[in-house]
Amino acid sequence: MSKPFLSIEELTQVYPDGKGGELTVFEKASFGVEKGEFVVILGHSGCGKSTIMNILAGLAEPTSGVVKMDGYEVSGPSLDRGVVFQNYSLLPWLSTLKNVTFGVAARHPEWSKAQVVEHSTKFLAMVGLEGDVIHRKPSQLSGGMRQRVSIARAFANHPQLLLLDEPFGALDALTRGTIQDELLKIWGGTEQTVFMITHDIDEAILLADRILLMTNGPFARVAESVEITIPRPRTRTTIVDHPNYYAIRNHLVHFLGERSKELAGQKGDEVNKPVPVRIDKTVSVSESEPETPRPLRAVNS
Amino acid sequence: MGQLSLNQRAALLSLVMLVVGLLVWELSIPAQKAAEELTEYERLTGAGSAKAGVPPPSDVLAKAWEQLSNPFYDAGPNDKGIGIQIGYSIYRVLTGYALAAALAIPLGFLIGMSPVAYKALNPFIQVLRPISPLAWMPLALFIIGDSEASAIFVIFICSIWPMLINTAFGVAAVRQDWVNVARTHELGHLKTAFFVILPAAAPTIVTGMRISIGIAWLVIVAAEMLVGGTGIGYYVWNEWNNLDLTSVVFSILMIGVVGMMLDAAFGYLQRTVSYVE
Repeated sequence: MSKPFLSIEELTQVYPDGKGGELTVFEKASFGVEKGEFVVILGHSGCGKSTIMNILAGLAEPTSGVVKMDGYEVSGPSLDRGVVFQNYSLLPWLSTLKNVTFGVAARHPEWSKAQVVEHSTKFLAMVGLEGDVIHRKPSQLSGGMRQRVSIARAFANHPQLLLLDEPFGALDALTRGTIQDELLKIWGGTEQTVFMITHDIDEAILLADRILLMTNGPFARVAESVEITIPRPRTRTTIVDHPNYYAIRNHLVHFLGERSKELAGQKGDEVNKPVPVRIDKTVSVSESEPETPRPLRAVNS
Repeated sequence: MGQLSLNQRAALLSLVMLVVGLLVWELSIPAQKAAEELTEYERLTGAGSAKAGVPPPSDVLAKAWEQLSNPFYDAGPNDKGIGIQIGYSIYRVLTGYALAAALAIPLGFLIGMSPVAYKALNPFIQVLRPISPLAWMPLALFIIGDSEASAIFVIFICSIWPMLINTAFGVAAVRQDWVNVARTHELGHLKTAFFVILPAAAPTIVTGMRISIGIAWLVIVAAEMLVGGTGIGYYVWNEWNNLDLTSVVFSILMIGVVGMMLDAAFGYLQRTVSYVE
């Protein structure tokens, strides 16, 4: 089997526990993400999701193990890996537009100022920010609008890998729904590979091609890789009617509610790879096949 | 009355306080008797010679009018217009202050960015900072050998600390998220410093600059009293030696007015660099 686009190999993170000892957050975690895939990682707080995210972004170094993207080892942050942070991380002294042009100008130093502005305005419009709004400071925007700016900044740079760190965690449920739709829309028009952290099961099912489930820490493991067998394009109102929706959802709820605890803390020497899970009620038998080729989503559909 | 805005009401109250204050001051100064009202005995005992006393505000106002209508006259070393004296003081303050800023802000940046530099320089800063700037004066006069440059040095040494400490603190306290934004956009060290850390720390840095200019203006008066020659501090001391208390009160007011204007300029700068998170 050829290596996936993004390959996480035997990643281990150990922190000092403050009492002279060590705390292993996760050990020898290994998984892959294919090009153009939308992968969501679900797990309880403290299982090391954010640590994995920071390592992928290049903002943190793992204790051991490597991350390879397109065959090259990741070291340090790069414009090829865009990040949308939970707290938006907009620069408050710049206007909305400048926050986006800031990133675009860094990505394309050879572009003229007009080109940068045009490109940035286009991506802001894609997330529904047009007109006078783009000249406001982030402090004059609502939380939802700020996160839209952050998403526009990330997409405008066309990174090879987009990392979303609980991007909707700080938003109310209604705003969250709207921006999820916008994220799906803007993502649908690109070949963007996305890796996202969330706590929200419904959000994960709506957005993901595949959900990685993590057990509780310490010694957290990426235990399962659940394929979302609901065809795209999806909307929040139609996916709930799909026969696979509740089957998948129940599986995830059971995992997070019970099995994440049962499976936790199992120290092992073997490489920790997620077990592929496929739940599909539309075919007669519910099967669990590791190597089933998944139909890749159609771009621009 | 109910229609007046908050600012209008405050301005009105300020005006009332000013008028009442001036009136009380004016009335509390006993009027000196004119010479022809004196008795023969009083004249013989010298009671008629002008007594030095705290001047009433009307005299101060007259003095202010006289001085401000011709602020730049120069009638020799001991008789220069108030404009010239203040000009000398401002020149010394701004020169010393600019030198201090040129050193303190880059150094503060370094200290803020590097925990090692912070720990290494901290003991020196802690010992040097509480020293009264005037305590440096004898050493400065001896080493530099020039009273003008010594005054500037005293301003330099007193305005360096708030700028240095605030810059270091502001730079160290820049949110890691913003630095991460710079890192994920592959900004180099210099670009990160100029486009992320400097604007993020600017409000704290400018606050330090504002504190510094205030201290510099406080210190220049004392420094000029010591070095003499020119400047508003020298003017105050000279008028005290002349027993011209009207001029002393007038120059005290002028020190206040110039200090307020310097502070207002930095207040404006502070507003332009501030941001809301």
